[in-house]
Amino acid sequence: MTTTAIPTAAIDRRIIAATTGGLPLTPAPFAEVADWLGLTEDIVIERMAAMQASGIIRRVALAPNHYALGLVANGMSVWDVDEARALDLGAQVGALEFVSHCYLRPRAPGWPYDLFAMIHGHSRDEVEILRAQIAALLGSDCRSSDILYSTRILKKTGLRLIEGGQ
Amino acid sequence: MKSLRRTPLAPDALDATDRAILNRMQDGLSLCPHPFAALAAELDLDEDALITRIKALREIGAITRFGPFYDAEAMGGAFCLCAMEVPANRFEDVVTLVNAHPEVAHNYERTHRLNMWFVLACERPDQIRQTADRIERETGLPVLLFPKEHEFFIGFRVTA
Repeated sequence: MTTTAIPTAAIDRRIIAATTGGLPLTPAPFAEVADWLGLTEDIVIERMAAMQASGIIRRVALAPNHYALGLVANGMSVWDVDEARALDLGAQVGALEFVSHCYLRPRAPGWPYDLFAMIHGHSRDEVEILRAQIAALLGSDCRSSDILYSTRILKKTGLRLIEGGQ
Repeated sequence: MKSLRRTPLAPDALDATDRAILNRMQDGLSLCPHPFAALAAELDLDEDALITRIKALREIGAITRFGPFYDAEAMGGAFCLCAMEVPANRFEDVVTLVNAHPEVAHNYERTHRLNMWFVLACERPDQIRQTADRIERETGLPVLLFPKEHEFFIGFRVTA
């Protein structure tokens, strides 16, 4: 029930551009975003709810700083898992509370691993213990595994908006 | 923008209320005119006190952001994890060549024969291969593509 002449997609892009850095910490944050954009609070809330319903917004929440809270070690664990069982096993690994990302990806020459799971812990020792938990969960359905620790961030940019529509 | 704090806070930097805020607010907030008000009641605070605490948590680096988490793929665009095996004596030069591409969103050095891992973010899927090809030509090194074939639901929460 948008009452403005601006197309929904254009409004959504403006809301996204205004909020990729976060929402203002004020009692009525959506009213403030609306002020920035010359929209009404109702429209901003309505469009953000629509984007949440369609999956563009995963959730509106607070992102803790893992490092500040002591989770200073992380490793990209990789597993060579039987194809027939990969979807089932991946779902179990993704549900573990210490796994922050979990994907199936193609294998490559010299790279037998298809299941990727990012593990977070307070130390590398802890990450290795958690990795052993995944190994136990996968059991004989996993042929081999490895873990890659990041030693340096070489580049980190924020989300780059895809401009100009389709 | 402040750079991300990468060291742990002192053990006494957070009190029980701070920890409750950090734990509760990783789950979604409702989209309503006063999103902090309902949450404040849940945490036995008033709206202003909650907002003041969140600001303080941001100030000491306990949180990185508050707001919507956008699914970049759902907004359009294509993304791909890539890896390269870079000889140690060429590593810094290759970092410069790879990072010069605006399509390279993140890039990490990792402990493996494949020692450089980066994410390409492009407008269209065909631009992923094109960008990888350009990086191969510029560096003379193969770029392996690891596109996401399936993403699993994640229950990850940091316990403060």
